[in-house]
Amino acid sequence: MVTLIDYGAGNLRSLRAAFERAGAAVAVTDRPERVADARRLVLPGVGAAPPAMRALAGGGLDEAILAAVEAGASLLGVCLGMQLLFEQSAEGAVPCLGLLSGTVERMRWTDRLPHMGWNDVTARRSHPFAPPPGTVCYFAHSYNVSPAEADVVVAETELDGWTFASVVAAGQVAGTQFHPEKSGPAGRDMLSRWLEVPVAA
Amino acid sequence: MLRRRIVPCLDVRGGRLVKGVNFEDLRDCGDPVDAAERYAAGGADEIVWLNISAGDEDWRGLLAAVERAAERVDVPLCVGGGVSDAAHGRELLLAGADKVSSNSAPLDRPALVGELAERFGSQCVVVAIDAARDNGGGWQAFASAGRRPTGRDAVEWAAEVVDRGAGELLVTSIDSDGTLGGYDLELLHAVCERVDVPVIASGGAGGPSDLAAALDAGAQAALAASIFHDGTHTIADVKQEVARWGLPVRT
Repeated sequence: MVTLIDYGAGNLRSLRAAFERAGAAVAVTDRPERVADARRLVLPGVGAAPPAMRALAGGGLDEAILAAVEAGASLLGVCLGMQLLFEQSAEGAVPCLGLLSGTVERMRWTDRLPHMGWNDVTARRSHPFAPPPGTVCYFAHSYNVSPAEADVVVAETELDGWTFASVVAAGQVAGTQFHPEKSGPAGRDMLSRWLEVPVAA
Repeated sequence: MLRRRIVPCLDVRGGRLVKGVNFEDLRDCGDPVDAAERYAAGGADEIVWLNISAGDEDWRGLLAAVERAAERVDVPLCVGGGVSDAAHGRELLLAGADKVSSNSAPLDRPALVGELAERFGSQCVVVAIDAARDNGGGWQAFASAGRRPTGRDAVEWAAEVVDRGAGELLVTSIDSDGTLGGYDLELLHAVCERVDVPVIASGGAGGPSDLAAALDAGAQAALAASIFHDGTHTIADVKQEVARWGLPVRT
């Protein structure tokens, strides 16, 4: 069972359908007690970090996510949901969940934002979520994560000569900067591999 | 490397796919979700749905179709037409649209762009600009499906909506639209030079080399309708041509 966190942000219908296509049963909830008890959690998100963190905190969902991870749940953040896993976002200088060390910065090096469209996702180390060669996924964002620890980065993406982390993982916490639910077969493959990783009962 | 996007555009009325000439003699051409799914399987990088009726009943039909699309289409879906306030945008995004496009409403009330961007994020706010050449060597922005002149310079209007929070522009040349004679490359070049967000080229595609030329002129994406719907060219044909021009595409 995959539990999708509903805090008023993100295209839940697409994400839900994508997990169902990948063979998972999906529950959508905005209740902290159900989030805290979940074994496989997905944190979606589009838009800006400050309203997203306010919405999570307002519903008690931030504490519930931390409790679930503490209890061994597997957590996947998607797009803004991945950025919220880190400590601090420059977007409104807002503190985030702090499950991963590092910050979120605006992609100042490129002269055209948002980074919108299909781009390569290139594995940087061996990991269950490392994408196969030739993987191209759909992105829509203007901020990127800067993990404090290099080994959190599973895959990177290049834009205008700079690279940024596009798949991160540490312990049972993982994230994708791209939208797997909008990335065709490559995205489905990513979700399938996340679903295959065992979670402690 | 970021790929240039090839984007088929579908006209939708009341949740049904329609085809016609200049919005007249519309024929029912089936389920837009089936068509979107077919295009996605054929390599479309994104799908645009243009709602061509503003009636309440048609709006509900559109939302129902977007909901079904979100369940079956695994590439991004942008929906426009009739988005006149943030509530419309919210309904479309909740139904499962990834981006919403708005054209006339921001010309009447520019603050709408900022309201949409603040609530939903710039990455899902597309402003569509319909532009026609004026006598002074520039372009004027038009509202109401190209029927109503606004007196606004289209390139300056592009810069203004980006300042207000638009994350992408869908730029249609009224002069070229429907001619199959190619996009207005000077318009595209002028807009792409002026703004720092992605630009989708629209209006005038008659064959694969037209889309390649639009992308070569600086657009990040090229939209076309009839060449795909009439079966004269496939998405794969277009991508092959774009690649031949040395531009990156997803294959």
